[in-house]
Amino acid sequence: MDKRGNKALLPLFFVVFLFLLSVLFPLLPFHDPDKINLNSLSQSPGLEHPFGTDSKGRDIFARVIYGSKISIGVAVAAAFVSAVVGFAVGLTAGYFGGAFDTVAMSLVDFVLSFPSLLLAIAITVVLPPGVYTVMIALAAVGWTSFARLIRGRVLTLKDLAFVDAARSVGCSDLRIMLLHLAPLCFQLALVLTGIKLAGFLIAEATLSFLGLGAQPPTATWGSMISANRTYILNAPWMVLYPGIALSLTAFCFNLVGESLKRKYGLKEYSI
Amino acid sequence: MITRYIIKKLLLLIPLLLGITFVSFSLLRALPGDIALSLAGERAGQETLENIKKELGTDKDTLHQYTGYLKMLLRGDFGRSYYTDRDVLTDIALKFPNTMKLAFAAMALAVPLGIIMGYAAAFKSGSLTEKIIEGLSLAGLSIPVFWSAIIIMLIFSLGLKLLPPSGTGDIRFLILPACTLSIPAAATLVRVTRTAVGEVLGMPYITTALAKGLPLRRIHLHHVLKNAIIPIITIIGLDFGSYLNGAVVTETIFGWDGIGRFTMEGIIKRDYPVIMGCIIAGTLVFVIVNLFIDVLYHYLDPRIRLHG
Repeated sequence: MDKRGNKALLPLFFVVFLFLLSVLFPLLPFHDPDKINLNSLSQSPGLEHPFGTDSKGRDIFARVIYGSKISIGVAVAAAFVSAVVGFAVGLTAGYFGGAFDTVAMSLVDFVLSFPSLLLAIAITVVLPPGVYTVMIALAAVGWTSFARLIRGRVLTLKDLAFVDAARSVGCSDLRIMLLHLAPLCFQLALVLTGIKLAGFLIAEATLSFLGLGAQPPTATWGSMISANRTYILNAPWMVLYPGIALSLTAFCFNLVGESLKRKYGLKEYSI
Repeated sequence: MITRYIIKKLLLLIPLLLGITFVSFSLLRALPGDIALSLAGERAGQETLENIKKELGTDKDTLHQYTGYLKMLLRGDFGRSYYTDRDVLTDIALKFPNTMKLAFAAMALAVPLGIIMGYAAAFKSGSLTEKIIEGLSLAGLSIPVFWSAIIIMLIFSLGLKLLPPSGTGDIRFLILPACTLSIPAAATLVRVTRTAVGEVLGMPYITTALAKGLPLRRIHLHHVLKNAIIPIITIIGLDFGSYLNGAVVTETIFGWDGIGRFTMEGIIKRDYPVIMGCIIAGTLVFVIVNLFIDVLYHYLDPRIRLHG
């Protein structure tokens, strides 16, 4: 791995560290993120509560750390589901072509012709609100760019000699797709996942902010900002810290995506 | 040629709109209770309800109901808001200009800023200037609109008391939401411009132009910018969709009376006719803007031929 690749690891470490903190949360000496404490309402940041407390006396530091579990977790899970679905559709459509290809790519165009947030919102309206709904809504929009990219890749690969060779020794279509073509597309899918992570993170936070994500009292960065914004003038810390955590994480994901883009020569407007 | 292309694209709108209306129809059907009641709202009079029932043919099969729903939409009848009992299409027509005002104001800020900064970054490739612009644009992409909106409001209207925090009206109300919306748009444009201009700068014809001693200004305007403009225009068009996305959040926070806030209120109150009307209107705008951009290519770059 060259120097650029190593540079991308640093922001990744930050995100992984944050996520690990939230997973190991019960083992660490933090305040209970959901415990309402009437003795410490709206306290400004201090020694006891480094990020202050919210209007219900809950420790903001604990909630920010704990909130990263859902915020980062949902973003990564949605990206993963999108990648898997898009990969499968792109591979099949590209390899077989024909009617399936036409239908699948029309569907991709259809989804991409919506403003993405509106589509995600429409889905969260129909399904009961919650973490899984957000994941489904994000993946329902997200798989399309993977499908398009992988299909394009398969189209350039499938006419090469090694595919003909595999077919001539009697490999089935499924075997060619899974063992010969798929491994050559994995890297591309992984790179696109890295590039798209920041978008998924911000989309999850926006849905949570709009009240369509994880329901209270579960802490997510988006819902913390939304719940506390009425106190912004007197207690700006309630909104400031979750926002900084969110922006910083998105920034790290973007740094990772940026170095991936440069390393693999993907253009800004080709994906 | 060009008219044929436009006609073909407009014809493609039909399956798209069918898709969208089908999605919204399914959404209505998924609601508990009668579909006519879902469209008219609980407060609708018996007569309205009967009319819709007759129109949809609720006693007949699903396909029949869907065509009935399409007929209603074609007549411009999107149903009535559950809460205000106002006609949805009338409300959309009232609020739509406000959203356009906001989108254009944001664009007026983002486009020059994004192109100039992106151009500078490409021109000064490898310098400190490029690194700073790179960092700023990544930050602009990383800060969610709903958070920057709150922070901007805190600083400029609650803190410094320069501008009103929320409401709809003259330019004083427009500045803050437009600035908020323009941040991610400008950041995207910076990145695209940098890549596109960087590519053109490496072309042999630029070396030729430099070698024969053309004035720099002429090279930049006639050779570089003219060739780099296509991806830039594409992104401006695509970003229009993100203005609609961003408008949902920005308008809600700044109390700007546009389609975005209308959609959001509809969602929070589960006002289904409003939600569907907004989704249909939003998609239509998005598609038409993209068509407009396609046609614009034709005039900007004669090498691009639109095939009808």
